[in-house]
Amino acid sequence: MTDDTAVDDVEIEEAPEDEIIVLAQKWKKKRGSLIMALHELQGRLGYVPRESAMKLGREMGVPLANIYEVLTFYNYFKLESPGKYIISVCTGTACHIKGSPKLLHGIEDELGIKEGESTPDGEYHLQGVRCLGCCGLAPLASVNGKVYGKQDVTNAHGLLEQVKQDQPMHVAAEATDAE
Amino acid sequence: MAKLIVDGIEIDVAPELTLLQACEAAGAEIPRFCYHERLSVAGNCRMCLVEVKGGPPKPTASCGMNVRDLRPGPNGEPPVVLTNSPMVKKAREGVMEFLLINHPLDCPICDQGGECDLQDQAMAYGVSGSRFIENKRAVEDKYLGPLIKTSMNRCIHCTRCVRFTTEVAGIAEMGLISRGEDAEITSYLEKALSSELQGNVIDLCPVGALTSKPYAFHARPWELSKTESIDVMDAVGSAIRVDVRGREVMRVLPRLNESVNEEWISDKTRFIWDGLRTQRLDRPYVKADGRFRATSWGDAFATIATRVTSTAPERMGAIVGDLASVEEMFALRELMAALGVASVDGRQDGTALHPKFGRASYVFNATIAGIEEADAILMIGADPRREASVMNARIRKRWRASGGKLPVFTIGAPVDLTYPHVHLGSDPAALQHLDAGALDVLNAAQKPLIVVGQGALVRHDGLALLSLAAKLATEVGAVTEGWNGFSVLHTAASRVGALDLGLVPGEGGRDVAGMIDASAKGELDVLFLLGADEFGAQHLGPNTFVVYIGSHGDTGAHRADVILPGATYAEKSGTYVNTEGRVQLGNRAAFPPGEAREDWAVLRALSEALGRKLPFDSLAQLRAKLYSAHPEFAAIDTIPAADPQAINTLATLGGIVRPEPFVPLIADFYLTNPIARASKVMAECSALARSGHSIAAE
Amino acid sequence: MLQDKDRIFTNIYGRHDWGLEGALKRGQWDGTKDILAKGRDFIIKEIQASGLRGRGGAGFPTGLKWSFMPKQSDGRPHYLVVNADESEPGTCKDRDILRHDPHTLIEGCLIAGFAMGAHAAYIYVRGEFMRERERLQAAIDQAYDAGLLGKNACGSGWDMDVFVHHGAGAYICGEETALLESLEGKKGQPRMKPPFPANVGLYGCPTTVNNVESIAVTPTIMRRGAAWFSSFGRDNNKGTKLFMISGHVNTPCVVEEELGITFRELIEKHAGGVRGGWDNLLAVIPGGASCPIVRADQIMDAQMDFDGMRAIGSSFGTGGVIVMDRSTDVIAAISRISYFFRHESCGQCTPCREGTGWMWRVMERMRQGNAAREEIDMLFQVSKQIEGHTICALGDAAAWPVQALIRNFRPVIEARIDDYVSQHGMAAE
Repeated sequence: MTDDTAVDDVEIEEAPEDEIIVLAQKWKKKRGSLIMALHELQGRLGYVPRESAMKLGREMGVPLANIYEVLTFYNYFKLESPGKYIISVCTGTACHIKGSPKLLHGIEDELGIKEGESTPDGEYHLQGVRCLGCCGLAPLASVNGKVYGKQDVTNAHGLLEQVKQDQPMHVAAEATDAE
Repeated sequence: MAKLIVDGIEIDVAPELTLLQACEAAGAEIPRFCYHERLSVAGNCRMCLVEVKGGPPKPTASCGMNVRDLRPGPNGEPPVVLTNSPMVKKAREGVMEFLLINHPLDCPICDQGGECDLQDQAMAYGVSGSRFIENKRAVEDKYLGPLIKTSMNRCIHCTRCVRFTTEVAGIAEMGLISRGEDAEITSYLEKALSSELQGNVIDLCPVGALTSKPYAFHARPWELSKTESIDVMDAVGSAIRVDVRGREVMRVLPRLNESVNEEWISDKTRFIWDGLRTQRLDRPYVKADGRFRATSWGDAFATIATRVTSTAPERMGAIVGDLASVEEMFALRELMAALGVASVDGRQDGTALHPKFGRASYVFNATIAGIEEADAILMIGADPRREASVMNARIRKRWRASGGKLPVFTIGAPVDLTYPHVHLGSDPAALQHLDAGALDVLNAAQKPLIVVGQGALVRHDGLALLSLAAKLATEVGAVTEGWNGFSVLHTAASRVGALDLGLVPGEGGRDVAGMIDASAKGELDVLFLLGADEFGAQHLGPNTFVVYIGSHGDTGAHRADVILPGATYAEKSGTYVNTEGRVQLGNRAAFPPGEAREDWAVLRALSEALGRKLPFDSLAQLRAKLYSAHPEFAAIDTIPAADPQAINTLATLGGIVRPEPFVPLIADFYLTNPIARASKVMAECSALARSGHSIAAE
Repeated sequence: MLQDKDRIFTNIYGRHDWGLEGALKRGQWDGTKDILAKGRDFIIKEIQASGLRGRGGAGFPTGLKWSFMPKQSDGRPHYLVVNADESEPGTCKDRDILRHDPHTLIEGCLIAGFAMGAHAAYIYVRGEFMRERERLQAAIDQAYDAGLLGKNACGSGWDMDVFVHHGAGAYICGEETALLESLEGKKGQPRMKPPFPANVGLYGCPTTVNNVESIAVTPTIMRRGAAWFSSFGRDNNKGTKLFMISGHVNTPCVVEEELGITFRELIEKHAGGVRGGWDNLLAVIPGGASCPIVRADQIMDAQMDFDGMRAIGSSFGTGGVIVMDRSTDVIAAISRISYFFRHESCGQCTPCREGTGWMWRVMERMRQGNAAREEIDMLFQVSKQIEGHTICALGDAAAWPVQALIRNFRPVIEARIDDYVSQHGMAAE
C-alpha cells in the first residue's frame, strides 16, 4: 500500500510515529475517546492522513472499520491536506436568505476554484458549511476559526483582502476568538 | 408469557420476542431486509413497519420492539397489532419506493435475480411505476477478495454484511462509511476479507450487491436442481444444499441445522465446487514402467487380483482417508476381513484415538449446540477457527452472549480465534502444570468445556495427552450428571465413522505408521488406499503395490500402481458421523464422471474379482448389513449415547508426555483435502492468505 | 416585556466577567449546598412544578424526564448528558450560554446530576465550538478549584464530575441517542427506542440527556422557586426563554423573554422591527430550520410559545426565529434547508437516506420552476412517506419545512412553474 500514496504529499506532515503512540496512549484509557483523539491528530497535522489513522487505530485497539466510519461520518475530519486559509462560508438559513450563495460564488470566482476545492498553490480551501451559530451576524464566513460577519455579499474581494490583512502569516494554529 | 392480538388473532408469546417474531407466530407475514434473527437488530430498512393500536399515530418497526414494550389497553386488554392495515400498506409502499429509487433496474443481468428479496418484496408490497425522474446514485464497486463480487449500486444499506462480519465472523473489516445518501459499504482497504466464513454474506445480502464471484453469471436459480446433503470439508458435518445443472455442481449453499451449523458454512464448504470438476479420476489406470495407462475395470481388477492372491494377508494393509463415507468404509472393512488382512487403519493422521476406550473417548461430547451452555473453555492443541470454522462461530456466539466474559484458555500453537483468549503455553508443560488461575476458573465453572484437538492427539505422545486432558476434565468437574464437557475436535469427516466401525488394526495388524514403516522395510506388499492422500504416501517403500480408490489425482493416486476411480461426496449417498458423533446422511446430487463409480460399488466389484464376493448387491443391501452390525448408523440425525465412564478410564492411562511444543495441525485452511487442492478458487484464497491478504491487483 | 430582575441569564451578552468571580457576583452558586440538602425528590418535584419544558426543541417536561431515572441504582452508574451540540440553523443560544454564562450550566449540572443520582455529567459540545469549549472547560476548572465540583461538591456530600466532550461536525449528534453513540466514540447514528436512555443510555447505563438551556435555568428556578418561574407565560408554556432573532430584522439578537410574548412585540422590542416595516414581512421560520415556515399573516400576532406556534401549524422548536422579508425567495430558502437535511442525514434508515435527497432534488427544480404542477403533490406525498417512518426525528424535521412550504406558499411554487413553462416550454424531465 506504499506505492500509490507516495510522492507529492508532503512527507513532513506525517506525524512522527512515536507522537501517535503518545497520543494513543493518552486517549486509550478514556472510554469513547476516539473522536477526541482524532481531533487532536487533525489539530496537529491539519488533516488525518490515512497512515496516521491506521496507526492510531492499531495503537488504540480500535478496528480500522470503526476509525473510517467515524472519519467519514463527521464533517470536521479531513482526509486530505487542506489549504492554509480555510474559508468556511456559512450556508445556514439566516445567511442564505441574506445572500450567502452570492458570497460563495464571489469567492469561487475570486479564487478560481469551486466549493470543496483548494487552490493549486495550497493557499486557500473553500467550503460551504452548515449554520455556524452566529445567525445574528448573517451573512458570514469563517476563516481559520475567525468569524467575518455581516459581509457585503457583492464584495468577495474585500473579504479576501481583509483576511490577508488579519491573518498575514502561518495562521492555522492561532485562530482568534469568534467576533 | 404475554398476550397480544395480531390482525384479530389473539396469541400468547414470550414477552422478550420482537413484535416481528410475535406477528409471525400469529401467522402474519412481515417483510424485512435488515432484520436477521442471528444478527443484532439494526432497524434501518423500515420494511417491517406495523401498526400498534394506542401508540403514537405512526407505524412501528416490528423488528426493534419487544412484546413486553407494548402497553395494554385502558382496561387491561391485550395490545393490538395490525400488519395489514391501510397505514401499514402505505408505509411499506413508501419504503419500497425509496429502496427502489436508487436501485438499478438491472435485474436481467443480476445474479441475485430469481432469489432476490428486493425483487420478491417489490412484487408483493410495492407499486408498479416510478415517480422518480432524477438521476440514480452511482457507487463504485469494492474489492473484497476472490470470493465475493460486489455491485454496490444495488446496495440497500441493510448492513447485514457489516453485522455478520463483525458479530459472527469476528473480523471488523467492513463498515458503512460516510452518511446520508453517500453512505456506502466498504472494506476500507480494498483487500480480501480475512474470514473463513465470509461467503455467508452472499446469502445474507438481500439484494445482488454481494454475490458469489466464482458462480458469477454461471446459472440462474430456476435451472438448478437442488439436493440436500452433508458437507465433508471438516468434521462439523454442516448441512448443505448442492445445486446442480446437468452433470455439474454449480454451487453449494448452507441449509439450516440449529444443532450443527445454524445457517452458516465455511468458505471451503461453499466454494469447493470447482474442485469437483478438475483433477478427476474418470477411468481406471494401471501403472506400467512408471507411467499410468488407462485401462478397463476388468484389467485393473485382474492386475490387483494377480497381486493379492499371491500375497499373504499379513503383508497387506488398508488406509482410509478423510472424506470416506461409512458405507464404503464398511465395505472395505468387510473385504479386508474376508482377505484376512489385520492392518487396517481409518486414522490416516495417526491420531491416538481408539474405539477400545469407548465412544465418549473420541467424540465432542458437549455437542456443538452445547457450547452455548459452557461457562469456561480450555482448548488443547486445537484451532477451531481453521479446523472447524463454523463451530468457532458458535464459540464466538457463546462469548458474545456472555457479554465478552466467557473465559477461554488455549494450550498449543498460538492462534487467532476472533475472540479473546488466554494463551497458557505452547507446549504440553502448560497442561501438565496448569496455570493456577485457569484451574480456579475451570473448577468454579458449572459447565467447563475441555476441547482436545488433533494437534495434540496426532503427536507420538497423543495418548498420554489425551489421558492428561481426560484427567483434568474429571478433576474440574467437566464430566458430571447432565454435562460432559470432555470433547474431541475432529478435522476429518470420515474419522468418527471409522472409529465407530472399528477401523483400527486387528490382532497383529499394523497402524498407519506401522504400515509405512513396514513398506519402507519391504514387509508390506499390497496397500489399499480408500481416498487416503494425507498420510505420507511419499514415505512408502518402492516395492509396495498400491491400489488407490478415490476421486482425485492427488498424492495417493500419484503413488498408486492401480487407480480405481471413485465418487466425491457430491456424487454418492453416504453416511457421515460428525465430531459430535452425530450420524447424518449425505445425498447424491450429481454423477461421478466417466467410468468412475461410487466407492462402495468399486469395492463390491473388486471383492468379486478377488474371489471374496461381498454379500450385497445394492446400497440398500449394504445398509441392511451395516445396520444389523451397527444399529446406531440407522439412527440418522441423532447422536448415539456415549458412556462418560470412558473418560475416567482414559484418565487412568497416563503415559509419558514429551516436551516439544505443539505445532499447528492445519498449515493451510484452503488446501486440506484432494478436492480443495484441485480447486482454483481455493488455490487463489490460499495464495492470498499466505501473502497476508495483500492488496488487490485489480 | 421581561424585566431585568427576572432574567436568568444576566450575562448573555458577555458584558461582564464570565468567570467564577463574576458568576458569584451575579448570584450563581449561591446556596447550592442548601438546594441539594432538600433532596432528590424535592428538586424533581420543584422542577415539575415550575412547568419547565425542554429547551432543545421537543419541549418535553424536564422534571418529568428526570423522574424517569431509576430511584435506586441497580449497580450501574447514572449519567447526566448535556446536549450542547447546537446545530440547527437559526439557533444560537447555547453558544452564548457556554461562552458568556458557563457557570449557570455547570451549577445546573450539579443540581440536575444530584436529582437523578448521577455522579458524572458529560457536556457534549458541538465540534465547531472550539472557543466555547475552551471557555467552558476553564469555567469547570474554576469550579473544581473552588470545591464546587468534584468530591463533596459545594460541601454537599455529593460527588460530581463534569466532563467536556466534543463532536466533529454532524447535526444528527444533536439527536439524543446519536449523541450517546458519539460520546461513546462511534459515528452518530441514532438508536432505536425503546429502550429509552433513562433505562439504557450511555454505555448501557441510565442516562438523561438535556439541552444546555434546560439545565442552565434550573439553579435559578431552585433558588427563586417554581412559583416564580411559572408566573411567566401561560399554562403549559411557563417560564422565560432565550429567543434568537435572525434574518431580515433591523437588529438581530439573542434575548431572554417571557414565553407567550407576541411575535410583533418580540420583534419590535428587541430586534428593531422588520426590515422595511411590517408590510415587508413575508414569512417566518419560528423555531429553527426544521420548524414549518409560516406566512406573515399567520404569525404576526401569534404568541411565541409551544401552543402558540402549534396553533398556527408550526412548532416552537428552540425559539430560533428566522424572519424573511419580501426580498426572500422562499422556495430557494426551503430548498437550501432540504439540502441541509440531505447532507446531515446519517444514512442509516431508508426513508431519510433516500427521501431527503429526492426531496432536495425536486425542490431544486422547483426553485427554478423546472417541474410539473403535479409534482407539488408528489413532493408532499414523498415528504409524508418520510415523516413518521424513520428511526429518529430527522426524517420529520426534513419533511416539515417542505410540507409547510407547500401548505403556505403553494401559489408561489405554481407561479414559478408557470413562469418557467412560459419561458422554456414544458418542464424538462
